[in-house]
Amino acid sequence: MSEPIIATRDLHKSFELGDVVVHALKGVSVDVPEGQFVAIVGKSGSGKSTFMNILGCLDRPSAGMYRLDGRDVSDQSADERAELRGEQIGFVFQAFNLIPRTSALENVELPLVYRGVTRAEQRRRGLEALERVGLGGRANHHPSQLSGGEQQRVAIARALVNRPRLLLADEPTGNLDTNTSVEIMRIISELNHEQGITVVLVTHEPEIAAYADRVLTFRDGEIVADASQEQYLPSSGGRPVAGESGVGRA
Amino acid sequence: MKLLRMTLFASLRALRRNKLRSALTILGMVIGVAAVITTVGIGQGATRAIESQIASMGNDLLVVMPGTHRRGGANSGWGGASSLTLDDARAIEREASFVDQVSYMRSGAVQVVYGHSNWATTVMGTTPSFQQVGNSDVVEGEYFSERDLRSAARVAVVGQTIVDQLFESGEDPIGAVVRIRDTAFRVIGVLESKGGTSFTGDRDDYVIMPFTTAIRRVLGNRSPGMVQQIMVSAIPGVGSHTAADEIEEIMRDRHQLKPSEDSDFTIRTQEEVADMMGNVMGILSSALMGIASISLLVGGIGIMNILLVSVTERTREIGVRMAVGAKSRHILIQFLAESIILSTVGGLIGTLLGLAGIRIIARAADLPFVFSLAAVVGAVVFSGTVGIFFGFYPARQASRLDPIVSLRYE
Repeated sequence: MSEPIIATRDLHKSFELGDVVVHALKGVSVDVPEGQFVAIVGKSGSGKSTFMNILGCLDRPSAGMYRLDGRDVSDQSADERAELRGEQIGFVFQAFNLIPRTSALENVELPLVYRGVTRAEQRRRGLEALERVGLGGRANHHPSQLSGGEQQRVAIARALVNRPRLLLADEPTGNLDTNTSVEIMRIISELNHEQGITVVLVTHEPEIAAYADRVLTFRDGEIVADASQEQYLPSSGGRPVAGESGVGRA
Repeated sequence: MKLLRMTLFASLRALRRNKLRSALTILGMVIGVAAVITTVGIGQGATRAIESQIASMGNDLLVVMPGTHRRGGANSGWGGASSLTLDDARAIEREASFVDQVSYMRSGAVQVVYGHSNWATTVMGTTPSFQQVGNSDVVEGEYFSERDLRSAARVAVVGQTIVDQLFESGEDPIGAVVRIRDTAFRVIGVLESKGGTSFTGDRDDYVIMPFTTAIRRVLGNRSPGMVQQIMVSAIPGVGSHTAADEIEEIMRDRHQLKPSEDSDFTIRTQEEVADMMGNVMGILSSALMGIASISLLVGGIGIMNILLVSVTERTREIGVRMAVGAKSRHILIQFLAESIILSTVGGLIGTLLGLAGIRIIARAADLPFVFSLAAVVGAVVFSGTVGIFFGFYPARQASRLDPIVSLRYE
């Protein structure tokens, strides 16, 4: 079996909040093989966001080991992590986080700016990514001229543009209505299936988690359940199974 | 280089996104630089004007003036007591070997009347040699002669201002009879115009007549044998300092001064006058420059202020940039570049405005337009430096943001 793209061993993360030390992660060990679609669920404060930050190389663990694509990245410097983010990881946020008063295309090109790609290449790949999410005709629109769903698609295009191995999505449908959520999840699923991009997605909605191959449940800084989709769904109490409701896999 | 280019693009886009704010931000810089450029330009123009006026006063001109004297602690100021005599002037002419020509004069304020017009001006009684010594030619008619001086002829040579004020345009002043202190004078010549500026005063507002005539008819002779000033031209090539030393020796000897005593007269060379005016202009320019520089400082602080606001406002943007692969130094350079672009563009616009300002003021004040490349280059380089200096702190704040915190910033 090939090396998992994500491998963590006994990850710990603690913060000092004034005099109190908060242990956000208390020993998380997990392997994610390449091409898997993993959903992370858990209440707020369960440590799932902290875990995502470490996976995304935005943060470093206090203790433990994190290997990304076989490389130990637990102790990398801020610059090295910035480079890793630019090369390997695409981010999709709940709040879209597009740069205001800047065209969709320029937003999508942003990651390429820091990789020293030529202007022409930036433009070409930016348009390609926008077309991939069905927004080729909206390249010159500003975020304020786009609907929430369209903004999130621009954000997905931005995450795709540097051809990452890993897509990290933090509540990507949290600000969207049901129909739009379906549309966004369809795109993410397609990227996972057709391009083999590993997806780790944080959500608190079971309907969204239902798109994943595997569901990790966090509680108090630990993984309390690691279930494949077949195991997860029945235990979630008769919620609509993929394909039965409107929130099915496309 | 690549790093510079890509962050420069980001900076330009960010500035374009906020056009009005960018424009207002650079306003301080624009005004500051325009003020500096204008001040320097006007200062240089004024200096040049004064230099050329001084040069037109006469070649190698030296002026001997009565010195100051103290009585009971009160300083009389220049010319307080006339210690110069006609005999001093004659002695200089006789004894000094480096002296070409000598002239002397007394002057006073008078009213000149011609027909129904009259004009307040200055009468100067002097010698025919003043024509050469004082570099004072006639453009019409002629100068008065040695004979006129001996006979105290009632003739006058008038400046251009007098002609303009008393005569109708096209009227020939030569041969006209004007009245000064109830005495009729025949105008025999018109002086060449020397122009004048608000700095030097009108130098065409004079009536010149023989010394003897002036004493007898106009100024009175309350202190016989005394003169106000002795004007001397040095032999060309000798240098005014050498001539001044020689004159000083002759004068001290005549006034029987002991080596320990100060001279009771002052010799001013043209160089000294030029230096003095230069000093005055220098001080004036420095003071104005100082004020103008403060506005540059204020402009810089304005840029820093806006950038700090901008960093706070764009916290999320900074977070996103970091998330997609920007390193701290990319963010640092981007914000620094924004600052430098703002201040340099402000500097350039300010320079253009400043040059326009010089042009307008120079025209209004009748000064030469002096274009100083050094001042322009200096202003642009300086404004760029202001950008680096005041942009560094906000840029570093931005580059030190934590991407996790920034991404969640509300």
